[in-house]
Amino acid sequence: MNARTLCALMIAVLALTVQTPEPARAQGFAGLGADAEGFAPVRPGVPLRFPADHGPHPDFRIEWWYLTANLTAADGTEYGIQWTLFRNALRPGEAEGWRSPQLWMGNAAVTSARAHRFAERRARGGIGQAGVTLSPFTAWIDDWRMEGPDDLSRLRLRASGSDFSYDLTLQARGPLVLHGRQGYSVKSAQGQASYYYSQPEYDVSGTLVLPEGRVEVTGKGWLDREWSSQPLAGDQAGWDWFGLRLDSGEKLMAFRLRGASGDFTAATWIEADGTATALAAGAFEVEPLETARVAGREVPVRWRIRLPGRGLDVEATALNPQSWMGTSFPYWEGPVRISGSHAGRGYLEMTGYEARGADAAR
Amino acid sequence: MLLTIDNVTKSWPGETAVPVLRGASLALAAGETLALTGESGSGKSTLLHLVAALDVFDSGEITIDGTALSGLDEAGRAALRRERVALVFQQFNLIPTLTVGQNLAFHARLAGRVDRDWIDRLTGRLGLGALIRRYPEQLSGGQQQRVAIGRALAMRPALLLADEPTGNLDEDSSDAVLDLMLELVAETGAALLLVTHSPRIAARLERRAHLAGGKIG
Amino acid sequence: MTGAAALALASHWRRHPLQLFTLLAGLALATALWSAVQAVNAEARAAYARAAEQLGAAGYDRLESRSGAFMDVAAYVALRRAGWQVTPVLEGRMRLGPDRVTVVGIDPLTHPSLPALDEAAGRVQPGELLGPRGLLLADAGTAARIRARPDLPPVVEVEQIPPDTIITDIGLAERLLGLPGRVSRLLILPDQPQGIPPLTEIAPALERIDAAARSDMARLTDSFQLNLTAFGLLSFAVGLFIVHGTTGLAFEQRRPVFRTLRALGLPARRLTVLALAEMVLFATLAGGAGLVLGYLVAAALLPGVAATLGGIYGVPAPGSLTLRPEWIAGGMGMSLAGALLAGAQALWRLRRLPILAAPGQHAWGLAAARTDLALGAGGLALIAAGGLAMVLLDGLIAGFALLAGLMLGAALLLPPILGLILRLPLPRRAGAPDDPLAEWFRADMRAQLPGLSLALMALLLALAANIGVGTMVASFRLTFTSWLDQRLVSELYVTARDDAQGAQIARWLRPRVDAVLPIRAVELRAAGQPVFVHGIIDHPVYRDNWPLLDAAPGAWERLARGEGVLISEQLARRSGKWTGARLALGPGWERIVLGVYADYGNPTGQAMVSMEDLLEHARNVPNRRFGIRVAPERVPELIGALRAAFDLPAGALIDQAALKARSLEIFERTFVITGALNILTLGVAGFAILTSLLTLWSMRLPQLAPLWALGITRRRLMRLEILRSVALAGLTAMLALPLGLVLARVLLSVINVEAFGWRLPMHLFPLDWLRLLLLALAAAAVAAAIPARRLTGVPPSDLLKVFANER
Repeated sequence: MNARTLCALMIAVLALTVQTPEPARAQGFAGLGADAEGFAPVRPGVPLRFPADHGPHPDFRIEWWYLTANLTAADGTEYGIQWTLFRNALRPGEAEGWRSPQLWMGNAAVTSARAHRFAERRARGGIGQAGVTLSPFTAWIDDWRMEGPDDLSRLRLRASGSDFSYDLTLQARGPLVLHGRQGYSVKSAQGQASYYYSQPEYDVSGTLVLPEGRVEVTGKGWLDREWSSQPLAGDQAGWDWFGLRLDSGEKLMAFRLRGASGDFTAATWIEADGTATALAAGAFEVEPLETARVAGREVPVRWRIRLPGRGLDVEATALNPQSWMGTSFPYWEGPVRISGSHAGRGYLEMTGYEARGADAAR
Repeated sequence: MLLTIDNVTKSWPGETAVPVLRGASLALAAGETLALTGESGSGKSTLLHLVAALDVFDSGEITIDGTALSGLDEAGRAALRRERVALVFQQFNLIPTLTVGQNLAFHARLAGRVDRDWIDRLTGRLGLGALIRRYPEQLSGGQQQRVAIGRALAMRPALLLADEPTGNLDEDSSDAVLDLMLELVAETGAALLLVTHSPRIAARLERRAHLAGGKIG
Repeated sequence: MTGAAALALASHWRRHPLQLFTLLAGLALATALWSAVQAVNAEARAAYARAAEQLGAAGYDRLESRSGAFMDVAAYVALRRAGWQVTPVLEGRMRLGPDRVTVVGIDPLTHPSLPALDEAAGRVQPGELLGPRGLLLADAGTAARIRARPDLPPVVEVEQIPPDTIITDIGLAERLLGLPGRVSRLLILPDQPQGIPPLTEIAPALERIDAAARSDMARLTDSFQLNLTAFGLLSFAVGLFIVHGTTGLAFEQRRPVFRTLRALGLPARRLTVLALAEMVLFATLAGGAGLVLGYLVAAALLPGVAATLGGIYGVPAPGSLTLRPEWIAGGMGMSLAGALLAGAQALWRLRRLPILAAPGQHAWGLAAARTDLALGAGGLALIAAGGLAMVLLDGLIAGFALLAGLMLGAALLLPPILGLILRLPLPRRAGAPDDPLAEWFRADMRAQLPGLSLALMALLLALAANIGVGTMVASFRLTFTSWLDQRLVSELYVTARDDAQGAQIARWLRPRVDAVLPIRAVELRAAGQPVFVHGIIDHPVYRDNWPLLDAAPGAWERLARGEGVLISEQLARRSGKWTGARLALGPGWERIVLGVYADYGNPTGQAMVSMEDLLEHARNVPNRRFGIRVAPERVPELIGALRAAFDLPAGALIDQAALKARSLEIFERTFVITGALNILTLGVAGFAILTSLLTLWSMRLPQLAPLWALGITRRRLMRLEILRSVALAGLTAMLALPLGLVLARVLLSVINVEAFGWRLPMHLFPLDWLRLLLLALAAAAVAAAIPARRLTGVPPSDLLKVFANER
């Protein structure tokens, strides 16, 4: 598989609406900073409607169904799994057959302290190779599937790569959480935003099939749903995202968007009963403590995270510092352990860390 | 006279012509046998070839049975060889692709004078009866020469010309072949002109002539 | 000592320069023809390989539909959703100007790397490839033709794409080809996930084809290349005959030298090594010359080959000739191997040469009989082996094995058969004059046979090949022209600019002419191959004129009702589907074969369905071409009126005669190479006779001199010499005739069927045979006259030397 050609192509595709032919890198990670001409805008005050909003929004440029889980085997070995379906639209709307402007990409991974295995799938919309439908809810690309009733209260999750596969059952604990203002999640001081909601707690059980054998696992999962037409500001190069599940039952979703004119942070505090509070800008402080050399670049793998207002001061440490997703758009995604004022587990995602002196986007 | 050779000259062409015969003369009556002797290179074979109309002389005349050879063209000379004279050479007399029997009758057939009884008798006399289906290369040298003699006599030539016919044979078979030849020549009534360098063989013939300095002494 | 011995050996060639020339020329000719054919084949193969690589077809196993039809995109999605990592390719041909180009549609998201895409990546405007208009990638030549068509999307020039090929997104390809939702094949990607179900479960209708399996193009042109190779091999064999004859003669002539050298103490090994070294030297010299000659021949042949491959098979044609190291090595290797093969017998005899044996002549009788027996047995065995190959193997290889067995076997049988004929008792008429010369003549001919047999075998092969191939081509031409006469019924053919203009023209024409027959076709896949499916309207002109080889009752009526399909003979033979079989033309479109029609000269399969049936199942069927029935005398007037009424592109109007001429021209182009090689082979055979006679000549004098001494004139002997050569050539030609006809039979009913997919009736052309016979006789006469003419010039003294004492 020649990722070079495809990346060049995909980036070209995603930069479709760019008027000035600047280098793709200047458009933020994966072109997400490009203008959104022709696509539906993200506006505040638009109420999310379910189950319709569990399905795709083809008039928006990008969208994802993003599930991560921290799992433990019977012998105590910790694992993390990721299951992501990305949707990228060349043009707004949908069409039959190959003419569909919707491009789909799946990323899946199984991470342990010793190994990080991942796979990627790509598909065109319109022919049935990938998509998301309701009644019942099904999100799929190739044989990777996330399916369940329309309220997403129960999910079955399957994916496979050349050296792993998994088949998991998820049971939701608590309500959906709408981030920002009722799901309107601001991404920059200039007002870039996305629609963003989560199901932050699933009880997970199932089987991982790894080269060393079948592993029965149990644990906790987190589903993110987000769509937008231009979630990053032009000068934002990438983000650091944390989904933390504390042993106290509380949960924290927090991200930092790194921009040339300063960082932009946002966070949601979720009580054990599911009550969510959007925290004020600046309430969340984050600081990399240690980096590792990953895929030719320095990536932070231990973080200090503080919510002074809630007495939270923890370190998040990568279970496996080499949790690199060497996919068409490369990024870091892996499980973390939490220690400090609180203990717990969670997931960390970092994008836009470029290899020094190299054009990492290609 | 059956054969007259009158003052014949012959030179080998070249930048300076090499004279071989400088006026040779000889006469031979029907039924006579004559041995022509001479040193190696004296021109005795050349004279024989001229008589056989195989080659042409420069001046003088050769007459065979009233036919002057100087008046013959190539076809006439070929006809003479075919019908009037017979030849036995030292070697390579026979046609390799024909059997002994076919070789024996070949010249007679060319001359248009096939006498089967005579050929059969000749075959018997020459001791070739068992060999007629063989090919020349399967015969010994003495046997080959007997076939050559048989073929020559089968056409009942008026004149038999022989050029060292036993030259390739050892003394014993040489004598046997010569005896047979002389016997059969006598029976046929042909005249024989035999070229040899051997005085022993020459002594067996009725007449002898010696060629030296291009002339017959 | 070795130097002195080498000098002694070499002196022979100084004294016999003609022999040396013959040896070198024979070897050089053989090498030249062989390597010319190899060069042409190598170029063609390289062209396919390049194309396959550039199109990304190389290196991946693939899945194709078992029925051979296109598969539906649903089959792709089903496999994907079962986990199989496959990527779809849609390939078809599209009319672009006067020619067709290959359109390859890929899914850029899932397709593995393509050199062409890598090259284009930097220059493609963002998103255009998958954009609403799309983007075509093509080489400069094709790109220029695309730009001339404003209705086509923009094009990007990419050098790495083969000529006459367009690569584009599959979504655009299906629109250009009018094949929505169709897929030609799926490439199986190397990285497959765990635990995917077996193919037989998800896609029983698909067949996995190994990456190593030869490409369609290679398979299509196999026959053509095998043809060339067969001719090359034939020429090489003929050349080897020359070399064998010459080396054998040189050995015989040098026998005394060898013996003397051995007597002087040169070891047998050393002598053999010297002779071997001499042969290697000659092979190298001749091989080099042959390569130069071969290069020139190949350069001369290549345009014809390119025309055939491009025009007839529609595969990328080889461009210019390049010097390939493997080609040079191959040519030199063949030259060396050939020389050693031809000289092996001489070397073997040299190794075992006794120092003291009397130099003997051949034992005409016994040895010849033994050789005849061996040759006869060998010849029969070869013919039997060829027949066996036909039974055991199948396909083109079997056909060629049969041909090779027949030809070589017949060649080996030639000397014994000629010997037998020459031994037959001559009928003697009573009273006819006794002719001892005739007896000698026959005996001598028999005796000469071993020396001439190789040349005669070469002549036999060349003549038979000529008769066979000539009969095949002429039969084909006759069938083809009469078929064209039947088939091209319309007086005028019109091609409109586009569908809209097509409709206008049809409306305009209808009241003015006897009939307007739309010619509408799409290229689909059926039975695993590209097939043009034509839609025809219900008109008596078809059933009256279309020759059917095989038909169900009421075939035309049932076709008109959309019940079935008529298919071309090629398609029937390749798919094994004849009248009554069912043929899948696409998903959900299966029809009964109602009949089979002849469609000569067309490598692509064809099928006919009713127009309604076609339009229902295939979208985007172009509607631009029409056949017009009109009184022939009205054609010029109609052409003028059409031109006046419509803005028609050049070449849009073509009358029947012009179309016939164009078809015949394509036909002739196919056989240009065959013709050229035919002539070359015959030339080499003529040369073989000449060289054999020349080399035999030095042995002739001792055989002719006794006859001259017995009163046969030299002129007569010369005439007999020429007559002998002519008689042998004539006898050989007589035997070549039946062999050639058998060859033609095999070519027409076995090779043609395998190679092109049609069986042809065999026609006989006695005048051609007569011409060939006269040519062979003339060649033999000239070949004999050149040495025999010397006989009249030989002075008697030279002839007399044969008998002389001091020889």
